[in-house]
Amino acid sequence: MSTPTTTAGHAATPAWKEWILTTDHKRIGILYLVGSMAAFGVAGLMALIIRAEQMQLGMQIVSSGDQYNSFLYFHGAAMILAFLIPGLTGFAANYFLPLMIGARDVAFPRINAFSVWLFYFAIILALLSFVVPDAPDIMWTGYPPYSITTSANTSMYVFTVHMLGFSSILGAVNFLVTVIYMRAPGMGWNQLNMFVWTTIAAFVLQLVFIPVLAAAVTLLLFDKYLGTHFYDPSAGGDVLLYQNLFWFYSHPAVYVIFLPAVGILFDIIATMSKNRVFNYKAAVYVGIWGTVAISGIVWIHHLYISGMPDWIRLGHMVTTLLISVPVGILTLSMWGTLYKGAITYNTAMMYAASCLYLILLGGLTGIPLAIPSMTLHLSETSYVHAHFHFIMALFSAFALFGGIYYWFPKMTGRYADGGLATLSFWLNFIGVNVTFWPLFIIGKEGMPRRYWDYAMFKDVKVMGYSFEDFHMIATIGAFTIALGMLLQTINFIYSAFAGKPAPTNPWNSKSLEWTHTVSPPGPGNFGDTDVVVDENWSPYEYNKG
Amino acid sequence: MRKRLSAMAGLAGGLGLSSQAFAQEIRNPAAEWEHLWHEVITDITIIGVIMAIAAVIMLVKYRATSPDQVGTAKKLTTVQSISFALIPASIFMADDFYLAANGWTVWNAYRRVPENAMEVKVTAYQWYFEFEFPDGTVTDGSEGDDGKAQVLNVPVGQPVVFRMTSEDVIHSFGLPYYRVKEDVMPGRITYIWINPVKEQSEGILQCAEFCGTNHSQMSNPIHAVPRAEFDAWLAKIAAEG
Repeated sequence: MSTPTTTAGHAATPAWKEWILTTDHKRIGILYLVGSMAAFGVAGLMALIIRAEQMQLGMQIVSSGDQYNSFLYFHGAAMILAFLIPGLTGFAANYFLPLMIGARDVAFPRINAFSVWLFYFAIILALLSFVVPDAPDIMWTGYPPYSITTSANTSMYVFTVHMLGFSSILGAVNFLVTVIYMRAPGMGWNQLNMFVWTTIAAFVLQLVFIPVLAAAVTLLLFDKYLGTHFYDPSAGGDVLLYQNLFWFYSHPAVYVIFLPAVGILFDIIATMSKNRVFNYKAAVYVGIWGTVAISGIVWIHHLYISGMPDWIRLGHMVTTLLISVPVGILTLSMWGTLYKGAITYNTAMMYAASCLYLILLGGLTGIPLAIPSMTLHLSETSYVHAHFHFIMALFSAFALFGGIYYWFPKMTGRYADGGLATLSFWLNFIGVNVTFWPLFIIGKEGMPRRYWDYAMFKDVKVMGYSFEDFHMIATIGAFTIALGMLLQTINFIYSAFAGKPAPTNPWNSKSLEWTHTVSPPGPGNFGDTDVVVDENWSPYEYNKG
Repeated sequence: MRKRLSAMAGLAGGLGLSSQAFAQEIRNPAAEWEHLWHEVITDITIIGVIMAIAAVIMLVKYRATSPDQVGTAKKLTTVQSISFALIPASIFMADDFYLAANGWTVWNAYRRVPENAMEVKVTAYQWYFEFEFPDGTVTDGSEGDDGKAQVLNVPVGQPVVFRMTSEDVIHSFGLPYYRVKEDVMPGRITYIWINPVKEQSEGILQCAEFCGTNHSQMSNPIHAVPRAEFDAWLAKIAAEG
């Protein structure tokens, strides 16, 4: 991506130094993209090992239960903390949010650079867990007392969370100030792109809730290494305190991932259907901000089987079910945006269309899990595992990949569409269904999560087939996804350097990042004249001639 | 009289009220779970299918015929905007409260332990469960000399309540056959109860909360057997212990 356009004016500095020392939001965005895709690759490899091990009874792939557990830990922690969150709020927000609001950079470019390097240090620290003899094995949730009594290295987990948390808080402040103060003159709140709104919401959540997670894991560190007893009931501590603090952050963290993915989806769908966003104000003020408002009062649904008092479990059943109201409004707006549109199909739109399926499947399968009496059985089974992969992991990852295809011409001046893109899309889409549908089915019959073996179920038959058969199918699905992702990565790298050249606004979008910049935008984004919009401007105003 | 009572019970059930007045009746949480599952799955399948069909129709019908074509949907008026928020929100909420009411009813079945239940005290360790029966007999579920996990028996026809705590880390006492589990923690006592209404030899007890190296080996078969067989089994363990 070091094309002459982006290096103009900096000719004297060698390219590597320019990237290391950059404070340009677009380059920082690309750095986030590279880092998060690297984390995705390694964590995806862990997923393959996990699936290959579960394919048959007995131990074939890993050398010990501890090793399996440390792979599971890495897969979960890296996918959420180092791929999805930095991919959506790091890469996508950094590169496109300032362009969408007509700003020349973020409010604090040097702090922005500091954020991305903190993220890289965190990834390096996480990767070191593969070379230390006592790799963390505490899952991404890190529940005490196990995380305290285990001989594995809990501190690596804690410091990784600290660094990523610090990076996210700095990012949150930076972007909130940017959106509040640096919008193009004339741009009112109801003229923002959906992606801008969802990103603000995600950063508000990060700012409010990350300190709680940081406190929770810091107390874990003190308990393990300094001999305190915050989580030790034998010395007056509380064993459930950690779970409450952890999920008080980590449920909103689901929306930190989900909401920007929804935003990308809206921008792709509106652009490709050349249509307004249906019921924009309801989507923003009820959908997005309703989700934010409700996100902090539903965390007990992660503790339905933790022996919490009955009244709070039932209370959170009601609040959890009510999530369906704002998310339902967002979903209706997505559907409505298709209505009477003029849809053009390309890889970005194919990913967007598949996301409509993923949000239905993932969202609706969450409804049984909102009900405590259902969850008493379903909790900690592969049903839960399949549910959150569909709604959080796959929905958000597919929206992110759709976004990469959508913005690829902007970032590189070239298309990433083509035969390889289409093939890898179908491999990914078929792969995720083949992987996770079987897990719903055996999960309902009791297949537990986080098991490397399930010998106790060897006589249990579901629809005439054993659990092993279902795991076999799921593993085939996982390798299908792996092939798709591999081809896709090759396609991205090839297209960045040798793809078909694209015009400045290949999708005929009305959004500022397409209408007011060259591809890729140079330093300062908008050339010599500042962007000004009038009160009738909207990024979705297609039907005005 | 009996007829009238059952008619009233039906009415109360039909109105979605919890049957507190009939607390003596011994419920079967596992069966009620299965019933609620079918209800919820039907509910979400209907919503999912309607939405999916709508999406597919629009994705096919509104394809652009030329590159310059734009969407023709009109902007909503204020009244339409508010209606398109309020009406769906009311429908979602109505469904939410309906599911919540049904979920609550089943929840009561899970949490109200019948008075005649046999109490089994469970202590969890890394990586086995230990059981103490009302007569004081203690047995642990770790593997025997034959390398097979010990079978745990419960008597058919009597509810069994497990009162549980842990001596080390958090475990979870999971009984997928009886559609129930609850975490087992140090410093706290939790409970679940089951109603073994029929004989079975396929039940599984498993640890369901990640607890370390042998988490996936922390399991015992749990069978429901006739009373006499259960008594004999218990006596045999007491004699061996």
